[in-house]
Amino acid sequence: MWTTPGRLKAKGIVGMNRRNIRYIGRYNDRRLYPLVDDKLKTKLLATEYGITTPALIGTIKSQFEVKGVATMVAPYPGFVIKPAKGSGGKGILVIEHVEGDSYIKPSGVRLGREDLERHVSNILSGLYSLGGSPDVAVVEALINFDESLSAYTYEGVPDIRVIIFQGYPVMAMMRLSTAASDGKANLHQGAVGVGIDIATGGAVRGVQFDRTRADHPDTGHELASLKIPDWQTLLTLAAGCYEMTRLGYLGTDMVLDRDHGPMLLELNARPGLAIQMANGEGLRPRLDLIERQPPDVGVEERVLFAQRHFARQSELQVAEQIPCPA
Amino acid sequence: MSRLPFYLIVGALMIAGIALSVHRHVQFEVPWTPGEQRQVWEIETQVNFTAEGGPAMVDMALPSHQQGYRVLTENTASPGYGLSFLEDERGRRAQWSVREAAGSQLLYYSVQLLVAPDARPPQSQRPELQEVVWERPYDTAASQVIERAWQRSATPFTFARELIRDFNDDRQGENARLLLNQFDRAPLLVRLLNEAGVHARVVSGLMLEDGRRRQSLSSWVQVFDEDRWSLFNPMTGEQGRPDNLLLWEDSDQAVLEVQGGSNSRISFSMIQHNQPAAAAVRNQLANDTLINFSIHSLPLEEQALFQTILLIPIGALVVVLLRVFIGIKTSGTFMPVLIALAFIQTTLMTGLIGFLLIVAVGLVIRSYLSYLNLLLVARVSAVIITVIAIISIFSVLSYRFGLNAGLTITFFPMIILSWTIERMSILWEEEGPKEVLIQGGGSLLTAVLAYLAMNNPWVRHITFNFLGVQMILMSLILLLGNYTGYRLLELRRFKPVTED
Repeated sequence: MWTTPGRLKAKGIVGMNRRNIRYIGRYNDRRLYPLVDDKLKTKLLATEYGITTPALIGTIKSQFEVKGVATMVAPYPGFVIKPAKGSGGKGILVIEHVEGDSYIKPSGVRLGREDLERHVSNILSGLYSLGGSPDVAVVEALINFDESLSAYTYEGVPDIRVIIFQGYPVMAMMRLSTAASDGKANLHQGAVGVGIDIATGGAVRGVQFDRTRADHPDTGHELASLKIPDWQTLLTLAAGCYEMTRLGYLGTDMVLDRDHGPMLLELNARPGLAIQMANGEGLRPRLDLIERQPPDVGVEERVLFAQRHFARQSELQVAEQIPCPA
Repeated sequence: MSRLPFYLIVGALMIAGIALSVHRHVQFEVPWTPGEQRQVWEIETQVNFTAEGGPAMVDMALPSHQQGYRVLTENTASPGYGLSFLEDERGRRAQWSVREAAGSQLLYYSVQLLVAPDARPPQSQRPELQEVVWERPYDTAASQVIERAWQRSATPFTFARELIRDFNDDRQGENARLLLNQFDRAPLLVRLLNEAGVHARVVSGLMLEDGRRRQSLSSWVQVFDEDRWSLFNPMTGEQGRPDNLLLWEDSDQAVLEVQGGSNSRISFSMIQHNQPAAAAVRNQLANDTLINFSIHSLPLEEQALFQTILLIPIGALVVVLLRVFIGIKTSGTFMPVLIALAFIQTTLMTGLIGFLLIVAVGLVIRSYLSYLNLLLVARVSAVIITVIAIISIFSVLSYRFGLNAGLTITFFPMIILSWTIERMSILWEEEGPKEVLIQGGGSLLTAVLAYLAMNNPWVRHITFNFLGVQMILMSLILLLGNYTGYRLLELRRFKPVTED
């Protein structure tokens, strides 16, 4: 049931208090938070820095524009409505396709036009935003996610979280939605977290509800063969977010689009600690190593440095490798 | 980045806090513990009236030595007024007089009473029987009520009890209702008792409750049987004097008489504190220097307020401890402290039941509101009104069922409760009932622990008497804000990682 502080320390696990004081407090200038807390700002900034993001269909800023949402999305087969200042994936509505008057969610639930308008209205009145402040609804094009990964997920789009520390990618995980998580990619809601090797983009280890897993609970597909295509580009994009925001301790959420490759979905100035569970390893040794590096290193160099130092053997494949004669 | 200035500030705060506390302990003999002491009640009376421009005279009854209480010191504040204390057959009274006064006037009288359980009650003079004349139709009603109670009683005391009971809500007959329409309850009872040949009078008493402000006197009926007497509650018919009742006026006189003024009002604030027996008697009026900076130099009403305010840092410390060391999730960071403050007024059990009732009913109604598709501010406002309605209904219901404890439900901070309901409802929709239970349970647990800490007699004593403690608390909280170690619940959360 319980472990000891000594064993956690030996594993290099970073706790909440340490994360808040030692990393977020020290490396993230509060002045810069609005850049990542407002998804619309992040998006515009990313365009400026040449980082791909899902196409922006439009924004809804006031209640009287709410009625126009149906017209706005009419030309698109599918779309996503999200609050600009939402946190923890709250208030994100995904419509996979439209049939006549009804909007169909990935789970198959049909929504009417009023449901759509109510959702937008709720977003505007600040239901999902931090502190309940008035918000803006952002409408984005649906991501056509890479078919090669579809077997690993149930509904929802799997996203890849990369922790960027002072511009270096230090740890990564993929979040696969499950029936238990209701198509959402939040680990505490029951999504599967898969630790990703920084060097290769291959799966290292899987967890659901903080317990290890080797397959997807709904599709039954084993996780060992999971390997993220275009990994190098993804890491470079993610690491580039440091130049873009100047936030020292940053969580980048990336997705893979069939047509546009890796894309930045959103940024997080207070990334969670579950990534350590997914990787079966603490962040501490890696963060300590980065802290000893000189500043002002180029993006490419930083990615290569991380790939060289943070390479991991997959725990998922160990069982198959043992019979091999060395 | 050097942390030295930080530790210097923490150290300075800690040392200053300890030094101030020790100084107060040594110099003013304020004890570290609330034990082995005498309880002293300090009661402040405010008389307000509007003077009419000419000479004004105010005549007010004063409490005297009585069973359970001994008068220690008295003070008045009444700039411009002449003052004399009288002691005659009308009891002890204070008389303020002024040649010319106009506009709103404010007179203060404060008295310190030592709680002395073995103080002898003074001889109380039996009042004469008053000639009672009734008008029609009250005469028949009166005689019927007396007849009824007389039949069912044997002595003056039992007669009084039966009589009062007939005026109680549940047994109120037609006659009683008729009489109550015309007369005030307590004087009416005395009239009826007198008519039946029982010596009685109305006395005014003050219920002593720590930290109460703007209280007023309540009427009691004093009934005599030869030389013995007993007090009756005119509302319930209960016989006997509650321990915390201070008789303010007991010689058949008005509590306050004002000549040359109108709109006179009298209100009481009180506070209980503990003093070493010696100090209580000596009651030194030491000069308040800067270093003896003390809450005790404030007027009583503000003191009572501060007694609660100074406890809030304790609640905050509990919240910080639970969140930083344990990792408990609560709904709203300091909401538990406000709930704990409400618990202090309501007592724990009533408070818990009341809180759960309000939140549960609020959640049910809120779940309907979410169908109505309202804007956020309007919805939360609707929840606020709902919470007020729930509180009103519970107060009325509990009063009807005779549960007076239920009335204290009004102490809950309504706006905070409404936000709690709103947040929990959203949490329920988004994360399911389990998360609501975790956060709601965490909040309640924190509130209960904060309550236990804040309601501890020693903690109350220390925070109120030693302002230096606030500095110590501050430095502790600063130190806690610097803790980078693991939280207790993380030892469980991250356990799977350490298993391979």
